[in-house]
Amino acid sequence: MSDIEQKDKPATQPEWVKDERTLTNSALPSEEQDWFCDARPRRVEKHWQVLENFMNWARAHSLWILAFGTGCGAIEMRPLVTARYDISRLGMQMRPTPRQASVFVIGGYVSLKTLKRIVRSYEQMQGPKFVVAVCSCAINGGMYWDSYNTIKRIDEYIPVDVYVTGCMPRPEAVLAGFNLLKKLIREGKAEGQNLYADKFDWYKANQKQVIKDWNMPDYNW
Amino acid sequence: MSIVAKVFWAFISLGVVTIWGLTLNGIVHKIFARVQGRLGPPVWQPFIDIFKNNAKRTAISHGIMYYLGPVFRIAGGIGTYMFIPVLFGSPYFSNFSASGDVLLVMYFIFFGQLGMALGAGEGGHPYSAIGVSRGLSQMTAFEVPFALSVISLAIQYHTLNITDIVAAQQGSFLNWTLFTNPLAVIAAMIAMLGMNMYNPFSVVIAPQEIPIGPPTEYQSAFLGLLATNRGIFNGAKLVLFMNLFFGGATNIFEMVAKTFAIYMFSVFVGAAYPRFRTEDSIRFFLKVPTLIGIASVLLFSL
Repeated sequence: MSDIEQKDKPATQPEWVKDERTLTNSALPSEEQDWFCDARPRRVEKHWQVLENFMNWARAHSLWILAFGTGCGAIEMRPLVTARYDISRLGMQMRPTPRQASVFVIGGYVSLKTLKRIVRSYEQMQGPKFVVAVCSCAINGGMYWDSYNTIKRIDEYIPVDVYVTGCMPRPEAVLAGFNLLKKLIREGKAEGQNLYADKFDWYKANQKQVIKDWNMPDYNW
Repeated sequence: MSIVAKVFWAFISLGVVTIWGLTLNGIVHKIFARVQGRLGPPVWQPFIDIFKNNAKRTAISHGIMYYLGPVFRIAGGIGTYMFIPVLFGSPYFSNFSASGDVLLVMYFIFFGQLGMALGAGEGGHPYSAIGVSRGLSQMTAFEVPFALSVISLAIQYHTLNITDIVAAQQGSFLNWTLFTNPLAVIAAMIAMLGMNMYNPFSVVIAPQEIPIGPPTEYQSAFLGLLATNRGIFNGAKLVLFMNLFFGGATNIFEMVAKTFAIYMFSVFVGAAYPRFRTEDSIRFFLKVPTLIGIASVLLFSL
């Protein structure tokens, strides 16, 4: 059985599920389990459509990027804030804290060590949140295909809205990816947050399958 | 005017100053971008950011004080603004200036920051604590020249009532405090550089250094509230400086022009200078500006 087929079939009752609303946080030491929230992410319903359209317009024109470079492709993010490409004219800016960011740019290959931080940062971002995967390595493993220490497809671990191919993509390509993301947001199609909540068990099973030293809460509020 | 009408007009003027303060923020971002050779965000970007932050679907709280931090902050901003007369002689834009004086306003300037410090502290993020300690120590330092300058004004005009201070400056522009007591104005304008937190005194927010300073953990509508307060507080501070030092304003266009000019002083300095470290900025405020403030007090008391 291939890797992907195995990932499609999580165990019937994984050890991190207490009941349908709460998680166990069982990987943490018992004295630390009280420190963290044990609630699952829940699906958030949309508002009244006219209001939602206006909110989506505001979300699309105020994309705050989490400044967390996960791989070599992150070097392509730096030119974007310089005078030559200047993403601030599109209402975008770098935000150094996941709490305030709304776009997570996966910049290239993701090692297992980084994946843990990516999951943690992604879950700490407040919804609606969007993910742009830049570079081949984040899409299909790229030159790290079959590596013992990197994952192949980031969208098995967190939901991805837009892919930008290339090794590496030029800043123009990344900008085009952001423009596509803006279009998706305005059309109401960038619902990664709800997808993550709906398929939480599947994502969590995939994450736990590769991250062996899981020493954080099951869902990082 | 009845108290109901007074409250109504106070809220109208609060709305005006919020929109003006946020527009000023947008203009400043544009100016900084042009200085750096960029196009920069549109002028209305602060409004979109506030809409976006309030449109977030989830928000997390770390406790009661965390929740109250932004509330205290915006209460400080509104409180500062409510006791300042915006337009001299106008019954509609006087707010509640008859009920409080400049000492109350200075207290409100401090109040929001202290509430924010407590709230950010409960967030539990170490960078919040660093930002808070930097912010409070820098604020304690720039309050000294500002307080000295206000004391000098109190001695000069024999009053702490802002409306009376504005009234004393009417007639000619030569009656402005800027010309009758230039030393106090210099001390206060240098203190304003610290208040506005642009370079060289931007280490509190410290973009690109520690994440965002005190509001590191704040997100969603909390951040929207803090951003709204930035507009109100900016407007309130500028109107206060206009009233104390630049003769106040008798119509809304004069208010807009004067506050814009006052703000541009700290923007030009901010665009031209690099950043001080906290201990450097404290030493700076406690040396020359404090001496200028003491000189201005001595000049009018001797």
